[in-house]
Amino acid sequence: MRSQSLLRLLGGAAVALILGFLLLPGLVVTLAAFNSRAILSFPPESWSWRWFAKAIAYEDFQAGFRNGLIVTACASSIALVVGAAFAFALDRYEFRLKRALETVLLSPLVVPHFTIGLGFLILAAQVGLARGYAVVVACHVVLVLPFVLRSVYISLRNLDPRLELAAASLGAPPRRVLTTITVPLLLPGLVSGWLFAAILSFNEFTASLFVTSQRTQTLPVALYNYVREYADPSMAAVSVIYIVVTATLLILANVFLGLAKVLAVEQPR
Amino acid sequence: MSSPAEGKLSAPPVAPASRTSGGEHFAVALDGVTKRFGKTTALDDVSLMVRRGELMTLLGPSGCGKTTLLNLVAGFLTPDSGEIAIAGRRMTDVPAYRREIGIMFQNYALFPHMSVAANVGYGLRMRRIAKAEIARRVGEALALVKLAGLEDRKPRQLSGGQQQRIALARALVIRPQVLLLDEPFSALDRNLRASMQVELKEIQRKLGVTAIFVTHDQSEALSLSDRIAVIADGRIRQLDIPDEIYRHPLDRFVASFIGDANVLRARLERIDGAVATVVLGAARVAVPARTLQGGAVGDPVDLFVRPEGLCVAENEAAAAVHGLVAAQIYQGGHIDLYVEVPQAVSGRVLLRVPSHEGASLRPPGTRIAIALAADAAVAFRAA
Repeated sequence: MRSQSLLRLLGGAAVALILGFLLLPGLVVTLAAFNSRAILSFPPESWSWRWFAKAIAYEDFQAGFRNGLIVTACASSIALVVGAAFAFALDRYEFRLKRALETVLLSPLVVPHFTIGLGFLILAAQVGLARGYAVVVACHVVLVLPFVLRSVYISLRNLDPRLELAAASLGAPPRRVLTTITVPLLLPGLVSGWLFAAILSFNEFTASLFVTSQRTQTLPVALYNYVREYADPSMAAVSVIYIVVTATLLILANVFLGLAKVLAVEQPR
Repeated sequence: MSSPAEGKLSAPPVAPASRTSGGEHFAVALDGVTKRFGKTTALDDVSLMVRRGELMTLLGPSGCGKTTLLNLVAGFLTPDSGEIAIAGRRMTDVPAYRREIGIMFQNYALFPHMSVAANVGYGLRMRRIAKAEIARRVGEALALVKLAGLEDRKPRQLSGGQQQRIALARALVIRPQVLLLDEPFSALDRNLRASMQVELKEIQRKLGVTAIFVTHDQSEALSLSDRIAVIADGRIRQLDIPDEIYRHPLDRFVASFIGDANVLRARLERIDGAVATVVLGAARVAVPARTLQGGAVGDPVDLFVRPEGLCVAENEAAAAVHGLVAAQIYQGGHIDLYVEVPQAVSGRVLLRVPSHEGASLRPPGTRIAIALAADAAVAFRAA
């Protein structure tokens, strides 16, 4: 009995350590954001909200936030449509080079973001495209597509084809099977795919650095430009805002769809 | 296993009328239907006529083609050749959603995101029927399967048996031309299965709906069906009422797939019109001659006898073979008696004796004489 409770204690300590290790950076940054002094230091000696106020009022951050939202909304939505189409094709049809396409689309990113950004930069220059939103969005679509595709593809695999057959036998033409059975049952997969894409796109820095201009720079790029000149806690404040927004999105997804389902942990029957 | 030629013999009783009658008197008519998947032929030139109001069972081992046949009738697959008609209408190229078919799957395939009422009413909504009418017919259908009052539940809140009833109600509420049942009972436990079988049969008879039922469970087929089509290797081996299938199997496959069978080595003595005589041990046994076509006098044959076709001989004169009791297993109403008999292909035969005759009378090792009941055996040429 004694050795068992000791084991449980050790196990609990291990879990606490791992959690602490994972949460540590976030914690440090959060605390640093409330420092009243104009340096990034830890732990802070006195507390203040002033860096939040400064970050929110700072024009580059405002523009970066707005640009980021535009790029994220466009890129994840386009990626969702394209990714869902590819996922359907991979799941339902047989065609030449299917294996190859599957490998390319589903493999974890082999090509670094750096390379993708550089590639789009060269391409954009080649076709004489100004460095507008189009290039940034296109670049982000490529970056997040595998994640959307994988999410929808897994949901499709878990969808019992007999549900669609049953609907057809009951008189539903293909389009109505899609709208009344397939899409509603895929919704958690579609939402989670979009959500992952949105979070990745909104946080993406490396490739964005290449393809954005002063006019289209996203928030991470704006932060980078800021940190090259200043080192005050307003960046930490922005980080805290980031964490809060992402957590809010995930909580909303959990409330409306169930996080287990969204993250495809629970296999739908 | 019989030769392909033998398998072909069983098809004609249903085939010839199909082309001329156009299936007018039949709920479902298949004419020379072939379906291939790559190099495998799942169904090979199958013709089948299902009568109005009939419960037809497609029985066979897994992979025999019975589910393919069901999917062809449903319209989920298209045949490579041949024609399919439902209620006299040619359906070969008609998509599933215009075939007026009710189908019940093994896992029920209830829509998980819809309530019970929405599941049952789905087919009616697709037909753009007025809301009040839908509600009325859904209520009727739920009452039919004895689940009135569960309208607002979700499928996952129901037991397996309840889910099955919902699936049945959903399939029946559209008043289908034919009800297709794909191994519907295999996921239920034994007790529930038996009561659901009785209930399904009652509902089917009450509504007079034509049903095609797919199963690999021969006892289920025998107890439920009006007629059984025994399928193996993509062909119909025999099509008949359950009693004929059980007592007069047309080939070795049917004989061994359905029910328990004792196989005994015998010799063909004479073919006399429709009756053949074979010699088994000390006895001469009359069997139908049609399963011995082409056999010559003196050929070895295999005699198939059901356990209830064998009995302990009262006297030596009646005995056909002798053997030593190997085991007796008390089964309540009867006793399974395993007897080692030299003529048996597997070395032993199974007898069912009434348990009131007393188990203790024949302990293992007892030598007993075994007799054959009249009209209880069929013979096939030795494999």
